[in-house]
Amino acid sequence: MVDFASVTVTYSGAVQPTLLDVNLQIDEGELVLVVGETGSGKTTLLRAINGLVPHFTGGTLAGRVTVAGRDTSTHRPRDLADVVGVVPQDPLSSFVTDTVEEELAYGMECLGILPDVMRRRVEETLDLLGLADVRNRPLLSLSGGQRQRVAIGAVLTSHPRVLVLDEPTSALDPGAAEEVLSTLQRLVHDLGITVILAEHRLERVLEYADRVVHVPGAGRPVIVGSPQDIMATSPVAPPVVRLGRLAGWSPLPMSVRDARRRAPALRERLHPPAGARGNVRSPSPPSLDSGRDCVISIDRTRASYGHVPALRGITLDIAQGEVIALMGRNGAGKSTLLSTLVGLRRPDAGTVRIDGVDPATMTGPRLIGRIGLVPQDSSDLLTRDSVAEECTDADRDAGMPHGSTQDLLARIAPEISAQTHPRDLSEGQRLALALSVVLVASPLVLLLDEPTRGLDYPTKERLSALLRDLAASGHAIVIATHDVELAAETATRVVVLADGEIVADGPTAHVVIGSPLFAPQVAKILATADGGDVPLTVAAVRDLLAVSG
Amino acid sequence: MTAVGVETAGVDLTAVRGPGGVRTRGRRRLPRALHPGAWWLWAAGLAIAASRTTNPLLLVLIVAVAGYVVSARRSQAPWARSFGFFLKLGLVVIAIRVLFQAIVAAPIGTTILVTLPSFTLPEIMAGVRLGGPITAESLIAALYDGMRLATILICIGAANSLASPARLLKAVPSALYEFGLSIVIAVTFAPQLVTDLDRIRSARRLRGRAIGGLRGTAGSALPVLEGALERSITLAAAMDSRGYGRQAHRSRMVRRTTGAALLGALVMVVIGTYALLDASAPAALGLPLLATGFILGGIGFALAGRRSIRTRYRPDPWTWPEWGVTPCALATAGIVVAASVQGVSGLIAPVDPIAWPTVPAVAVLAILISALPAVITPPVPDSARGSRT
Repeated sequence: MVDFASVTVTYSGAVQPTLLDVNLQIDEGELVLVVGETGSGKTTLLRAINGLVPHFTGGTLAGRVTVAGRDTSTHRPRDLADVVGVVPQDPLSSFVTDTVEEELAYGMECLGILPDVMRRRVEETLDLLGLADVRNRPLLSLSGGQRQRVAIGAVLTSHPRVLVLDEPTSALDPGAAEEVLSTLQRLVHDLGITVILAEHRLERVLEYADRVVHVPGAGRPVIVGSPQDIMATSPVAPPVVRLGRLAGWSPLPMSVRDARRRAPALRERLHPPAGARGNVRSPSPPSLDSGRDCVISIDRTRASYGHVPALRGITLDIAQGEVIALMGRNGAGKSTLLSTLVGLRRPDAGTVRIDGVDPATMTGPRLIGRIGLVPQDSSDLLTRDSVAEECTDADRDAGMPHGSTQDLLARIAPEISAQTHPRDLSEGQRLALALSVVLVASPLVLLLDEPTRGLDYPTKERLSALLRDLAASGHAIVIATHDVELAAETATRVVVLADGEIVADGPTAHVVIGSPLFAPQVAKILATADGGDVPLTVAAVRDLLAVSG
Repeated sequence: MTAVGVETAGVDLTAVRGPGGVRTRGRRRLPRALHPGAWWLWAAGLAIAASRTTNPLLLVLIVAVAGYVVSARRSQAPWARSFGFFLKLGLVVIAIRVLFQAIVAAPIGTTILVTLPSFTLPEIMAGVRLGGPITAESLIAALYDGMRLATILICIGAANSLASPARLLKAVPSALYEFGLSIVIAVTFAPQLVTDLDRIRSARRLRGRAIGGLRGTAGSALPVLEGALERSITLAAAMDSRGYGRQAHRSRMVRRTTGAALLGALVMVVIGTYALLDASAPAALGLPLLATGFILGGIGFALAGRRSIRTRYRPDPWTWPEWGVTPCALATAGIVVAASVQGVSGLIAPVDPIAWPTVPAVAVLAILISALPAVITPPVPDSARGSRT
């Protein structure tokens, strides 16, 4: 169905090719997962399938890509629109029309499909993707999961034989991600569509994949194989695989279900009847009366957008050294709470105090010395043309001696060259730069909004370690995230929001164990019938095994 | 779902939409959205009427009629809320018009309210006089004039909230589709820019910098433009992948005929218009040339439209409700224009001396005709009201 024959892609101005000599054959009805570190060329590989590379992006493509017998060198993306459907990373920015129904029909209109056929296919697709209830709704009013399903439906109506998705679940909460993935699986099983998708959160998608393509980047050859083969050596691997490697299971488990079947022996080792229980790795949350200062205090705070309430009376105290994971579905009020904390929004009622001061009254160095926020799109913070200029600016903003930010950055991400343009950095590097810019003012409180979107596992591990160090040195940290694995690795306490209210608040292990949505993979695998404490991360398991010998 | 189920779903859905307010008894009209062209025609009728009068009572009546129809027939889509925005914009227009009259324009009448210090700009700037006496007459005249402008604007706003420009796009001839689409996308990007500006300003605050002032604004402008550019590239890639711009194969003969017809039409229309306007040109030249030009242009557009293979999904029908709205618009515009040509008193409100304007009954009647669409058009489908689930 899709054939890559010795494909090499070089962008104009690049020193080395992004993809080197890729040979790949994908058959009809396969679900192929493309994995790799950030910036390794996954998106380039996906975009070469429908000819966006090189017709749209420029650069040169040597070799041959054919889709359903059509050569992309002679067919532009628009000429392939009837065989390849591409769902881009951010659905909202790719919508052409205003409403769900029109968006579903748009591709067919371009292809010149007859009106009665269009009508039938739109109705079928609305049912297939469960969108019939929202058919007349404006696209802007949809939730994240609904938007992603509309984006999939919008390409499905053209009856493509290949579906290409770039990080379809990265912006979604765990529930919405499951919704989208089960839709994809249904397409593969029921309609025989070939699906090719790139994703960083392997723990969500690995079990659905028939084959995995590992793009190592830096000009190294692309490796293709079964999930088990690739995962045996891949540096990007979800917790279930890493636990399998640690325990020496063979073949490696790809899903929680696989792993649980092999886990009884491991569970026995971790929970000897008289052995030490509990999560060794995650420190128990410091209690307020242990002498730590309460730096964030939120008291019965309410906020709303127009008539839509976003926060309905939140009361929360956060002490120094705590790492809070703020979880909950899209639109639950997480981002609103963060912007209230930095004083970007004034609450409608209640009080917010950072170190005893109302954040809305602070500006300039007074503000950034107390509280720092890294927004969801960390490039928002970066406005200059080079990393060096950005660092100089940050020194001046914070009133610190010249070079402070640069030193900080060198500790977090030593590989970044000072002359690079911030836009040319990878997601992880950009986050590191934004973090340094915020941290140079040494704020008491650090807030992060979805920091792991688009990050690969090695970068995420470095981020977790950094955040734990910062907490140990007395910062209070609040992370709004959908990433249950990050929460398990980093957080001392989890706060779950739903509809603007706190529905759960407690030590990480207590909140996430037993929750079908928020439990990390390791906890799901090792969960015991009595619901007792279990380790949450692979590292914690390793430590426990080391202790028990 | 089977094919049969799908066929019937199309019919049934209109009847089962929404939990409440569904009319199924007897031969009540099925709710549906009116053809956007009909709404724009209706708004144009009111706007033309407004352009022919400065009588404040008639202008207020026009706004009231427009507001009544909008409140009766708008959906809950985001663009439907734009009417309020246009009302505010109208007030701003009036304020600016009055302010300029007070500062710049030469006063009329003799009732001096207040005298501002005045000075005359140097000859090089046309010797405009600023300040000076402000008379009640000139302020009233400016107020009426501003109201007229604002009313026309509000009529456009009414059409915009009843039928978004994107819906109107569905009805343009296929030769103009791509041009129209680029305009619509540009229009929808404007609100996105506001969101972007907001985000960038928040980010400036997070870095402890000034938000307001010249430096704050300048610092936000570049990232906002960058964001807009990036988004348009994403959108272009998405549209290309979905088949935008696919063209049917046309023979060289057809391509050349199309080009020749459009070019010929343009030349003829230009010469014809010139001949009509220039008194010294032979009278027999103008009208026939113009007419031939338009016909040729029509042929050219039809041929050019064949290049596009686009089909339309559920095009809005033009049936009796649309035919019902058409005469309302024509009557409102026609009667008011005719009255103004005939010099019916009361259309132009007296400003020097100031007097309470009389209201010509014929104009009131003409404007009230345009309130009829609130009743004769089918109701808005309930599901378009878009409650969040």
